[in-house]
Amino acid sequence: MGAFLVKRMLFAVVTLFAVLTLVFIVIRIVPGDPAQVILGDQADATAIAALQKRLGLDRPIWEQYVTFLTGAIRGDWGVSLVTGRPVIREILDVLPWTLELTAVSMVLGTGIGVPLGVWAAINRNRMPDYLTRIGSLIGLSFPPFVSAILLLIIFSLALRWFPVISGNRATPWAWFQSIMLPALNLGLIMAAYITRVTRSAMLEVMQEDYVRTARAKGVPWSVIVWRHALRNALIPIVTIVGLYLGILIGNSVLTEIVFNRPGLGKLIIGALNQRDYMMLQGMMVIYTLIVVVVNVLTDLTYALVDPRVKLS
Amino acid sequence: MSLSVHNALPATPPRWPWLHNTIRAFNANKTSWLGLVIFVMVTLLAVLAPWIAPHDPLEQNVFAKLKEPFENYYLGTDYYGRDIFSRLLYGAQISLVIGIASTVLALVIGSIIGILAGWYGGRFDIIIMQTMDMLLAFPSLILGLILVAMLGPSMTNIILAIALTSIPSFARIARAPTISVKQREFIDAGRALGFSDTRLMVGHILPNIFPEILVMGSMWLANAIRTEASLAFIGLGVKPPIPTWGGMIREGFENILDSYWLVLSPSIAILVVVFGLNILGDGLRDAIDPKLKGER
Repeated sequence: MGAFLVKRMLFAVVTLFAVLTLVFIVIRIVPGDPAQVILGDQADATAIAALQKRLGLDRPIWEQYVTFLTGAIRGDWGVSLVTGRPVIREILDVLPWTLELTAVSMVLGTGIGVPLGVWAAINRNRMPDYLTRIGSLIGLSFPPFVSAILLLIIFSLALRWFPVISGNRATPWAWFQSIMLPALNLGLIMAAYITRVTRSAMLEVMQEDYVRTARAKGVPWSVIVWRHALRNALIPIVTIVGLYLGILIGNSVLTEIVFNRPGLGKLIIGALNQRDYMMLQGMMVIYTLIVVVVNVLTDLTYALVDPRVKLS
Repeated sequence: MSLSVHNALPATPPRWPWLHNTIRAFNANKTSWLGLVIFVMVTLLAVLAPWIAPHDPLEQNVFAKLKEPFENYYLGTDYYGRDIFSRLLYGAQISLVIGIASTVLALVIGSIIGILAGWYGGRFDIIIMQTMDMLLAFPSLILGLILVAMLGPSMTNIILAIALTSIPSFARIARAPTISVKQREFIDAGRALGFSDTRLMVGHILPNIFPEILVMGSMWLANAIRTEASLAFIGLGVKPPIPTWGGMIREGFENILDSYWLVLSPSIAILVVVFGLNILGDGLRDAIDPKLKGER
């Protein structure tokens, strides 16, 4: 298991460097001069030169790359061009909001998706199976901002159960009220996905010899399903939950906008609108970090779920 | 979930294997025909928009702002007094053009990468696929919106950005079946006859893995349409006043407190198209997935 983890960690570090390099390239392949883009068409040459100097764009490309990499590792991601505050501070200020939303959504998504998937699989080609399949396909068809707006119309505007603007931590009840709709939005879309993965993983596992053996031995059906089969089906599910994080982060951007909730989503949209180039670079670094950390966590979960991983 | 190659390919490949396989896949699950019908109908509405739209989608009627349906304004008017129904029809054009162009682009580039990686294997394969995995790990919407924001929200740039985010998935899908098909006898036979690598890949690998790529294509078309709408909702779509579904929802959302129905029709339009494409892809996938074959 130790060797496995060391290998995965090494891969994570390589990924981190590769994606940081990608971020560096993406920001620089943009046609035109970033300083010109930031300042607009009317800017004069001195202002552009000054900004280029401030951004370090006047230095050779390899030097910019080294500065960027060492800065990224040390947590020095430059200063926001709009507020003048360090990028890392701006990001850390709102990060908990996004993490909390993502975490609650993941719990909802797996908590709803896995049981539904199991239910569909053990009722294969019967009504529960058809219902969950259609339901999950509908869920998968929702662009996250559309479902968010519909939830907002139904539960905030029509029924008035939840506040229109989310992001309140005054009391536990206010917190619950403000996180519930956005988390439900992300969680339901995720559940649609997880249901399908769980269903097909379960269908595969249920055909295995040991399931037949267990049935022949007279092991209770519920024990076979939940302990024997699901335990083995969990491996692909864990992979998908880990991979899904990329989608979840994208969806949370849209959800945060609709519910007017503080977080990385609102920060990145603000940075895009104001052409805050340093902020964008920093945000891509933080997204990369999150993805790499989650990949490592996914690998750790493998080791917990699947004892065979320890051997490899 | 995994898409691998057919277990039972016919001993002598039919004359048009890809067409044969495609039709067989459609017939195996009838719901895929329903998805195809939805998609074809939406495409027809989009193509025929200039003839069936009752109004010019850009024409502003200051006397009919934010109206509920009346006369031949079947779905009412928006904040500028423009006909929502006509804007929906023209918006379908943008969604479909961007969706189809970006998916075809990603499908072609991704399949080439995947087939090459699967065919040559070894270190080349490892490097290519690790790169693809890294791209896959990065949140695609974030990558897409940064690319569009940096390149500028033009139709070409949106197509490029969406295509770029889906290339890795196509590469993965094309690679797996390539690896198993290349070990089959007819490839050895081709080699013995002195066929070039290119001829084997284009003439013999591609037709055999085509159904799987096609299924992926319909799923990713749904995804591309969703992404385009999301970008437009954020404000990174084709520039207004050109109607896009995401843009219409964005404008409607600004007036959501007093006229919430503005967001409903474009929302339903997106849902119907994406759902249609999803059941199309879903049905096809069941049909070609060997693990599920023969069990229905």
